[in-house]
Amino acid sequence: MIPVAHPATGAAAVPAIEIRELHKSFGSNEVLKGIDFHVDQGEVVCVIGPSGSGKSTLLRCVNRLEEPTSGTVMVEGVDITDSETDLDGVRTRIGMVFQQFNLFPHLTVLRNLTLAQQRAKKRGKAEATEIARRNLEKVGLAEKADAFPAQLSGGQQQRVAIARALSMDPDMMLFDEPTSALDPELVGDVLEVMKQLAREGMTMMVVTHEMGFAREVGDRVVFMDGGVVVEQGKPEDVLGDPQHERTRLFLSKVL
Amino acid sequence: MKRSTRRRLIQGVLYAVFAAVVLFIILSADWGRIQSNFLDPEVAAAAFPEIVTIAAKNTIVYTAIAFVGGMLLGLLLALMKLSPVLPYRWLATGYIELFRGLPALLVIFGFAYAVPIAFGWRPPGGNAGAGLIGLIVVSAAYIAETIRAGIEAVPKGQVEAARSLGMNPAWTMLTVVLPQAFRIITPPLTNELVILIKDTSLLFIAGMAIGDRELTTFARDALTSQANATPLVVAALLYLVITLPLTQLVAKLERHNKRGR
Repeated sequence: MIPVAHPATGAAAVPAIEIRELHKSFGSNEVLKGIDFHVDQGEVVCVIGPSGSGKSTLLRCVNRLEEPTSGTVMVEGVDITDSETDLDGVRTRIGMVFQQFNLFPHLTVLRNLTLAQQRAKKRGKAEATEIARRNLEKVGLAEKADAFPAQLSGGQQQRVAIARALSMDPDMMLFDEPTSALDPELVGDVLEVMKQLAREGMTMMVVTHEMGFAREVGDRVVFMDGGVVVEQGKPEDVLGDPQHERTRLFLSKVL
Repeated sequence: MKRSTRRRLIQGVLYAVFAAVVLFIILSADWGRIQSNFLDPEVAAAAFPEIVTIAAKNTIVYTAIAFVGGMLLGLLLALMKLSPVLPYRWLATGYIELFRGLPALLVIFGFAYAVPIAFGWRPPGGNAGAGLIGLIVVSAAYIAETIRAGIEAVPKGQVEAARSLGMNPAWTMLTVVLPQAFRIITPPLTNELVILIKDTSLLFIAGMAIGDRELTTFARDALTSQANATPLVVAALLYLVITLPLTQLVAKLERHNKRGR
């Protein structure tokens, strides 16, 4: 196994995420056709593209919710497609936020945040609770600790989901269209929390349709179409002066 | 004939047929004999208190044992059926198909008589205990399918959320999937319980000791010894006393579940 470089030790040479020649097929349908992709530590990368372009599948390959058909996926230098890798251990370092929130509906907000801390990180109840409350505070929902998910608005649920992921003290966060299922008036609060995370230096990979967010917060924008990375670069370049016809076509539809 | 006239006419005929049937039953039945054979107060009184303290109690105890046993075995089978290990899936599928396809009476009989002979092993609790194992084995097959359906009804995103937080498959199943699955299947599980209460009557085939008799066996014995069917009616009423609150509960849970969605 390759030794893990810890971010605190300043081994910035190891990318947070490094993907090489990634292919993924569902049956005969090839969704990812050889992706090379990386996210540096502390970097905020926004992945944009039409639906069906494979961007969510790419994101889901990073913590192996989807099994890559071929290619390598390295997280902090660890090959997560290697069967010797402690996948559960790696996953505790990768926070994931879903389009549909996926909060546990049978548990209170607080329990949603403490469950995996206790079961996967083996933290004690008191410590887990303290960390959970701190993260609820951070997303502005400290007073909802004892509520059940169904009692919250979509925007509040998504902020709880972010707090849940943060409670594992992840090194990076993956966002899978985090605002796509929200009513327009609720999008702002969620984006605000994400901006704050970016300002704190969190490594983030964000699949999104929010071009404003990508432009303002993204260090880099990656445009995908048809299972390949078509073009990438600084947000102002990709969004302001796209080099490829497919990018221009897509942006003309969404901007 | 006008449409509305015809509809009224048909309705009138239906009511008339109903009234005629009821009248025929009332007039032609021998109420005196029915009362002396089925509703004899003295025979009924003689059945008490044993029909409650022994028979009804045993019915409830057997139901509880069979339900708990059936749930544990059923959960194991459901997990096996969903296991990635192919032989486990085969085993669970074979078991479920076998015991759902056989009459419960036959299985209980088999466990009560054939198993002790074949394996030289007598289950605890005498014939009642042996019969109960048969009942557990049968109910587990049905409960397994119910639990499996419940597990599959939990949205896939729940498992993904738990796994992406680093929780292993076992903890995910235990703390995220099963609690939600059991919430979903509470109405059908309560239904299984009601069916099980009635199926304890099949235990008579195992041949029960005096103190082990449940409601049906007790009533049958009383029927034979007293040459009067009143104990059957008393047993029937006691079954209803046990099952009706439960079926009401099922209806209530179903309404509650609908509201929750």
